[in-house]
Amino acid sequence: MRSGIVYTETVIWSAPEAFAADVPYQTAIVALDGGGRVTARVAGDRVAIGDRVTEAEPRNGIPFFHKA
Amino acid sequence: MRPVALVGIGKTAFGAFADRNLSSLAVEAGEKCLRNAHAGPSQVESFYLGNFAGPAFVGQNHLAPYVSTALGILGVPATRIEAACASSGSAFFHAWTEVAAGVYDLVMVVGVEKMTSQPTARVSQILAEAGDCSGEMKVGSTFASLFAMIARRHMHEFGTRKEHLSMVAVKNHAAGALNPDAHMRKAITLEQAMAAKPIAEPLNLYDCSLVSDGAAAVLLAPLERAREFAAKPVRVLGIAQCSDYLALDQKADITTFPAVRRAGELAYRMAGVSAREIEFAELHDCFTIAEIVATEDLGFVEKGRGGPYAFAGCTSLAGERPVNTSGGLKAKGHPVGATGVAQICDLVLQIRGEAGARQIVRHSLGLAENLGGSGATCVVTILGAA
Repeated sequence: MRSGIVYTETVIWSAPEAFAADVPYQTAIVALDGGGRVTARVAGDRVAIGDRVTEAEPRNGIPFFHKA
Repeated sequence: MRPVALVGIGKTAFGAFADRNLSSLAVEAGEKCLRNAHAGPSQVESFYLGNFAGPAFVGQNHLAPYVSTALGILGVPATRIEAACASSGSAFFHAWTEVAAGVYDLVMVVGVEKMTSQPTARVSQILAEAGDCSGEMKVGSTFASLFAMIARRHMHEFGTRKEHLSMVAVKNHAAGALNPDAHMRKAITLEQAMAAKPIAEPLNLYDCSLVSDGAAAVLLAPLERAREFAAKPVRVLGIAQCSDYLALDQKADITTFPAVRRAGELAYRMAGVSAREIEFAELHDCFTIAEIVATEDLGFVEKGRGGPYAFAGCTSLAGERPVNTSGGLKAKGHPVGATGVAQICDLVLQIRGEAGARQIVRHSLGLAENLGGSGATCVVTILGAA
């Protein structure tokens, strides 16, 4: 599983129709330990810039990370 | 290259118009533009349409000849350009190249979007398709959420504050209240702007531009022929279109838009002016943070200081360099495909001295910045009195 540091994040309150049932939900750009960045959903507790995160099980092909 | 002039402009009001379809909006703007230039449709030699998502919003494709023929412009090249929210800025850029290169003399550009016939969640979905659908959008991002992530990082690196963002909304609403064609003609207080419901933290409802219907049109001609059509022609002094990655996670630094910086540098060089000399601007405030970043990327203020610059009133109607005297996308409205050409029309109104209650004192050199997506396309145009 990948891990990294939160580069930026937001909590979404107004969603596209395919995600309306999930509101509110957090997304983040994670700077991966191996280099590169990925945009992912956040599972569990909210995260902030600089937090260390590790990858959780993907859901419906969507990458999820949670606080390490 | 030949010098190019704007010899006619035309705009519809922006708003939510249940009784108007895409064609009627585009035709109204186009006909006003032709009247403004004392020209007829048979004189137009090439036609460009800027439109982002007509097929998704209204179920019509092949839109350029759909609109041009409705205007009575027959037989000539009719070309649609799609570049997300920079669709008509890009259409304007390509029309300019045709006139500058001497391919055609009289070229018309219409920008149009009809958005309000769809519910909000559907509009969000259609707009999201201007992002990278294989990555950032797959996880449930919205355009508001992408700019929210830019805002969070800008706050983290430079100490930008929520009230800096909200002041941009207050300022643009104040200008929009003076614009009879604006979608939202309502001044708001800083307290109201700060307290609105969240959309994507830290952005709330007042940090977001409007979902609007509307159209705008301009007519271009070689400068040497401009006075056949216009008493007060306006000259295109500099223009550039640049591109960048769609996805934010591919960019090294999301607190700056490289396409804006580069288009600005190229446009300044072509015009032979510096950022300091620009007297006023229409900047792409799809979200309040976007206007703050644009003032930095275009060199109006040093990197990271865009928030305090706006908060101090430097970009207000009475400030040292007014930004978005039309009300901007925030208050004038943001019919996506119309926005780039509408910005050009608003610069022309100021330069001609025809901006009414929002007319500014120093109005001879203006800049428009039209941004597509979260920065993958940018068109910067510098206009001055001919």
